[in-house]
This record gives sequence, structure tokens and C-alpha cells, in this order.
Amino acid sequence: MTTTSTPPTDTPPGRDGGGQSRSPGAVLLRSLRTNMRQYGMLVALAFIIVLFQIWTDGTLLLPNNVSNLIQQNSYILILAMGMMLVIVAGHIDLSVGSLVAFVGAMSGVMIIKHDFPWVLALIISLLIGAAAGAWQGFWIAYVGIPAFIVTLAGMLLFRGATQIVLEGQSIAPYPEGFQNIAQGFIPEMGPYTQYHNPTLVLGVLVTAFLLFQEWRDRRRQVQYELDVLPFNIWVLKCVAIVAAVVAFTLTLASFRGVPVVLLIMCGLLIGLGYVMRNAVIGRHIYALGGNKAAAKLSGVKDQRVTFLVFVNMGVLAALAGVVYAARLNAATPNAGNVFELEAIAACFIGGASMSGGVGTVLGAVIGGLVLGVLNNGMSLVGIGTDYQQVIKGLVLLAAVAFDVWNKRRVGS
Amino acid sequence: MTAPILEMRAITKTFPGVTALSDVNFTVAPGEIHAICGENGAGKSTLMKVLSGVHPHGSYEGEILFGGEPVAFKDIRASERRGIVIIHQELALIPHLSIAENIFLGNEVATNGVISWNETLRRATGLLRRVGLPDKPQTRISDIGVGRQQLVEIAKALSKEVRLLILDEPTAALNDEDSGKLLDLILELREQGIACIMISHKLNEIRRVADSVTILRDGRTIETLAVRESSGETADVSEDRIIRGMVGRDLDNRFPERTRYTGEDAGRTALSVANWTVRHPIDQQRKVVDNVSLTVRRGEIVGIAGLMGAGRTELAMSVFGRSYGRYESGTVQVDETEVRTRTVPEAVKHGIAYVTEDRKTYGLNLIDNINRNISLASLPGLAPRGVVHEHEERRVAERYRESMNIKAPTVFEVVQRLSGGNQQKVVLSKWIHADPDVLILDEPTRGIDIGAKYEIYAVIDQLAARGKAVLFISSELPELLGMCDRIYTMAAGRMTGEVPREEATQEVLMRHMTKDRS
Repeated sequence: MTTTSTPPTDTPPGRDGGGQSRSPGAVLLRSLRTNMRQYGMLVALAFIIVLFQIWTDGTLLLPNNVSNLIQQNSYILILAMGMMLVIVAGHIDLSVGSLVAFVGAMSGVMIIKHDFPWVLALIISLLIGAAAGAWQGFWIAYVGIPAFIVTLAGMLLFRGATQIVLEGQSIAPYPEGFQNIAQGFIPEMGPYTQYHNPTLVLGVLVTAFLLFQEWRDRRRQVQYELDVLPFNIWVLKCVAIVAAVVAFTLTLASFRGVPVVLLIMCGLLIGLGYVMRNAVIGRHIYALGGNKAAAKLSGVKDQRVTFLVFVNMGVLAALAGVVYAARLNAATPNAGNVFELEAIAACFIGGASMSGGVGTVLGAVIGGLVLGVLNNGMSLVGIGTDYQQVIKGLVLLAAVAFDVWNKRRVGS
Repeated sequence: MTAPILEMRAITKTFPGVTALSDVNFTVAPGEIHAICGENGAGKSTLMKVLSGVHPHGSYEGEILFGGEPVAFKDIRASERRGIVIIHQELALIPHLSIAENIFLGNEVATNGVISWNETLRRATGLLRRVGLPDKPQTRISDIGVGRQQLVEIAKALSKEVRLLILDEPTAALNDEDSGKLLDLILELREQGIACIMISHKLNEIRRVADSVTILRDGRTIETLAVRESSGETADVSEDRIIRGMVGRDLDNRFPERTRYTGEDAGRTALSVANWTVRHPIDQQRKVVDNVSLTVRRGEIVGIAGLMGAGRTELAMSVFGRSYGRYESGTVQVDETEVRTRTVPEAVKHGIAYVTEDRKTYGLNLIDNINRNISLASLPGLAPRGVVHEHEERRVAERYRESMNIKAPTVFEVVQRLSGGNQQKVVLSKWIHADPDVLILDEPTRGIDIGAKYEIYAVIDQLAARGKAVLFISSELPELLGMCDRIYTMAAGRMTGEVPREEATQEVLMRHMTKDRS
């Protein structure tokens, strides 16, 4: 997991001006306390993983299951990342599940019925998603209809359109290239080792990149005379990053390597995380969700920003639709059922606020992984889907209750 | 003289850090119309909130006698049960419900929780006749004008068997005709033995209907004057007398020495607004800003004085990217060139900045930190190619934290946790960093303590000294007198005066501010 998209993590809540203590423990504690939500969810995720790892006698983290976990949850994670932007901007999107089905159906019709080359069909599918997002964004941003209503209409509209396009029938199969989007791995190269060679290379590159990033950040902070983590803590942080990446890389490399869809998700996570944290439009999204009136009076073009957020959501929903169809190797009228709710739940578990202005893309991914590991782990130990639903519902409630309690305790 | 219906004795009310009322005595005779006058923040509304139980018994010192016996209201319902009803300036009617439903809201005509509609309508019809409203009780509130809504509020009060009616600026939102009707109704109610307390800024109205007037200033009762003797003839209470009572305070605010701007373009007109007219966003009959023209030169601080509802904020916001109301006519010139300011980004592009009077609603993203609040209006400058230069952003924020003396441990403190004064400094920093030529400051010192006020004045002085044109809207006259080179006055949406610094006194300004439409 990368750390590039976390928000600024050094926000001390101390009240006395200037006189912060500089002892490593105090700095760490302060940082932990203010990022309770993000760290809390990471800790919860780690706890769930350990729990099921023990419960399943080690099956959970077997290389093939890890690959499976990634592929199984990819489309929800993709949706959750887009949904996070929508929720941060102060809106909601209920239509993504239906849009997943519709785009899947369109790809099926193009590829299976009309023999389009799959790359072309993929591009057209994403454009369809963009158009659907633009359609909804238009009504929400420029006409001013609440997103809940517009996307509720979209939910019905796209579901109906799916059934019309597919005439109520599933169609299959897709060509192998298309299937690989969801099921494939990056190809093996080089001499035989115990591990998947390109994956090892990638792992080394990612480690190097992350360390470089950390080092550059630290140097810049020193250069700008800003507070930095004490050196020993910083080294500890770097060691932890390296350990995590190495463990993950070795796990993947001992099965079939890096799934293609993992590359897509990492790209999205880094890209969207970067946009939300560093790009002007990202700031504008947070500002709009935090206080729309103040943002408008500061010169934020609220309509355009809202519109673009929904276009982005449309494209990501289309991507999720393609991934889902490729994984299923079929376009079916019932695809994407309640995906919108899973994506929304992932965002709230990952720290989004119902009233907007709060949340990170990484948070959405963590929230999605909590749900995904729960699903996978519970299935492995043989808990029925009925009980799974109950437990997931309680987890969502508990995560948000923790958030509310934590906020009240801090007293804001 | 008969025993008073209401006696408030030695009322003292403090909020954390502020004494809102200090040893206030206030007496209302039975069946009289008693006006309360005072500047914004003099304590009028607080006094009425103490009386009506919004500030419950125990949260203030002093005692209240109503009808001769001591009372201790724990909430509004308790005071209403005794017949004290307050009608707020912002009407508390539900727009989608009917007149009858609104009249009996919270007080429904019901047996065992089931509403009797026939009885409701019958009683509503009677009440409407009493206040002289011709509409049917089934009419929806949103279908009638503000003037009639005001009458519905009074009907609602009558339904509660009111003995003492409190009206908070009842005519502020009404046109002349509706105002006249309302005042007649208040006089009629007096004939029926209902006493009335009326908070008003309009001195001619007070002279028309009130029997006596109490003047509050800085949380104290200054004096109570009889407008009309009990025999019925009008006593000699001139408007001048009331104005002197309202403003006659010591100048205990301090102001920095003004620094002159000496640039070569000193004296050049930086902002010029001409014939600006804006209508109310919903009630389109009303001109909230009516044919207003003004100019501000480089290095000049120009004040706009006016009482609440005079249209100052509306003028400023509509000039700043038409952020308020419906634009009707008028032009804006910056540096003697006509510019379009139809949207906020356009206004910002032409070097105009507006610092809002309501920082929490319109100025800040409260859940975000100082750093990002300061940078929000100038992100393009901090973001070459659309990517925010984070370290530069942070350095800018740190600079303002130091130069503006924002009291926070780091720039990553969430602004929600800052005090009002420090929040105001964050908003000011945001707009100063956007580097505008014209700054419109709307009540920049509202709700902050004296020390922070001085710091803000010093910042404003520095801005002018650097050649910025500053338009300074304030309800505190001493502050305008202490800071401004020229002061415009507004009343009811119009410019009613332009006073140079040398001629400006509180009395002169107050006279212009209370001018009724001619």
C-alpha cells in the first residue's frame, strides 16, 4: 500500500501556542490522536486480517487467496474511490450499481454481438460512463436537483436500459484479452526463480520510489523550516513501509504475480489521491463540501466542480462495469446489484462524513478492504451470507459510531 | 399612576467574556406601547430574550415582576402561558402550511391528539378578522406577502391570549403601506388593553405610536422618556434627544494613527459603483439596494454606516460577483475602467475582495485548517499547472500566522477551534493574500474583543497605507469615525448621506441613518 495519498498527518491538537514538546513519543502520540479515524481503520483492518488469518488456519493470507481477494474486491474499490469524491463534495450517487450493469451490457453487445475489438469497446465503454456522469452532473450542478433524487432516477433508468439492451438475457463469453482486465496477471519474464520475476522488480521499484518520496519530503520540510518527525521515528516509519511492501510483494510473487487490476487500482489510488490532496480542483472539492457558501464567495466555480465530480464517478463506474463483466466473463442484467450501497458503506467506514468536506481516497480503499476481508474471511470459515449481511451492517454502524464518539470526545 | 404590568429590576446578563446587560431596569405600564431604542449590540434583543425565557431564569441576575408578582420563566412556553409573546424580526412561520395551521402550531385545537379542523378554522377566521386580514385561513403562508405574514404572527400571538406583545423591528421588512397598517393595528390592540414592547430603529414610527421610549446603550438603561403624556398630548421628545441618548458614549475604543498612502497614484479612484439597484431574491417587489453610487480612492478608507436592514451587506455582496439578490441595474468601475463582476471569479480577477460579516457561514470552511482556508481564494497563484505547491502554501500560511498574530500552535489547527478574533484574522489573511486592489470589509470587528479589534484596525490601516482602497462597513459608529476618511450613510437601501471625516460626528451620522424614505 502506498502512503502518497494520505492527508497532512501532522496536525497537533495542542492548545498552547508554540510550546509543543519535541520528544519522539509525544510527536507520535499527537499524530496518532489527530488521525484517530484513519489509523483507527487501519488498526481495525489489521485486526480483522489477523483474526481471520488465525480463524482460517492461515488460508486468508495464502498467495492465491490474496490474489483472489484483490480481484474479488476490485470493482467495489474502484467505485468507492469515485464515491469518496462525490461524498466529499457533499453529494451521493445511488446510480453506480445500475451504471455498472449498463456499461457491462454495452461492452457485451459491442464485443460479443458485434465483434468490436475489445480495446475499442473498452474506450467506448468509458466514454459511455463519462456521458452518463455528465448527464447526472448536469441535473445536479446546473439545474440544482439534489443528487439523491437525480441518481435515484439514474438507478432506475440505467437498470431499465440494461434490460432493454440485453433483452433480459445474459451474454457470454468475452475474448481472453478482455477477461484479463479482471482475471489476468502481468506476464512472467526472465529465468525461472521461485518467484514471479516482474513482480519482484516492481516491488523493488515501488520500495525505492516510496523511500525516495519520504526522503524528498523530509528534505523539503527541512528546507522550508517546517517541523519534521524526529530522525529515529522517521527511520522506523521507513522500515515499516519497506517491510509492508516486501511482504506484499513476496506474497504476490509466489503465486502468479501482480494482477492487472491491481495495477489499475494503484494507478487510480495514486492519481485520485494526488488530485484530492495537491490539485486545485481537489481543494475546491473539499471546500465545497465543507462550506459551499464560503467556497463560492472565495471564487470556487461550484457548478463546474460538481459537474466534473460526477463525470469522474461515471467514468469509474464504467471501469468497474468493465472489470465486473470481465471477471464474470458475461454481461448480465443483474450485474452490479447493491454495489452502490457497498461503495457508500466503504466510504463511511473509511472516514467520510455525511455532511461532506471530510474523507480521503485512501480511506475509501481501507473501508472497502475492511468489507472485502470480512466477506472473504467469513466465507472461508463457512459463515452464511445471511449472517455476513448482519455482521457487515453492524461493522458499518460501529465504525461511524466510533467516529461520532471520537468527535464528541475531542469536543469540536 | 397604575401598577405596572411588567417590571424588570436590575437585570444583569453575561456571556463568556461579554457583559450583555448590566443592571438594566425596565418598566411597562398596563396598556402602553413602549419602544426600546439603541444601537446594534446595545442589548435590546438580549433583554427581550431574558423576558421571554429564551435565556431561562437562573442564567441572569435580577428579578422580573409580571402583573405584580415575581416570575421565573424556564423557557418560551412558560412565558407564553403567562401571556408574554415575542414576535421575532425573522418571522417564524412555516411557509408550506396554511395560515390556520401556523396560527395554532404548537398549540393545536385538539382532543386526545386529534385536531378538530372545524374549530381550528372557526377560531382562525375570528382572529384574522381581529387583525384585519382578508385572506382565508386555508391560504398557504408562502402565497401571501411579508406584510400579511406579520399580521399572521400577531394573530398567532392573539390566539395565545396575549397580555404583553413584544415586536422586534416589526416594520424592518415592510413597505410604507404595510408598515402603516401594522402600526394602526398595534394602536388598536392597545385599545383592547394589550401592552406592547416595540424594538425599532425608526424614530418617526416611535413618535407616531409609542407612549414612552427607553434607550439602551452598551447594555445599560440610559433613560426612559415619555413620548405622550397620560393626558394624550405629545411631550417634547425630539428625535435629536433620542439620538443623543443612543450614541452618547465615551470613545473608549482606541485606533491606530492613520498612515498616509504616498504612491504616485494616490487619490485615483479605485472603485466606483454607479446607480446600483438590486431587488430582494424572493420578494421581487422590494428594492434592497436602490440606485446607490459610491467611489473609493486608492489609499482611502471609506465607511458605510447604516442600521440593520439598511442594505449595506446586500450592496457589498451584489457588487462582489452578484452574490446577493437580483441585479437590476448599475455599473462597477475599477481603476476608472468599467468591468464585469457578474461572478465571484470575475470580481476577484478585477481585484475586488469581500470579507463577509458572517465568517462562519460565508467566510470559512470551519472543518478545515488555517492553512487551507488562507489559500482558498488564491490557489491558482500557489498552483503552477493546477498542482498546489504545498510547502509554499504552508510557508504563506505561517507568514500570516506570524504577521497577523493568529493565536494557534500551527497552521494545521482546524479553524473551528479558534476564537472569533482569530477566525476573523484567518478570513482577512485569505483576502489579503489574494492581493486585491479594493477590499470590502463587512463588520470586520463584529463579535471580537477589544485587543483583537485594535490589531484588525492596524491591519486595515496598513492596507490603506499600501495603496489599497478599503470600503469599511460597520454598525459601530466610533469605529467608523476612528478609521475612515469619508463615511457614506445608508437607510432603507438608499444612500442618505456622504460625510467627510472632519464633519462626521455620531449625531450627524445617526440622523442620516434614521432618515426615512422621502
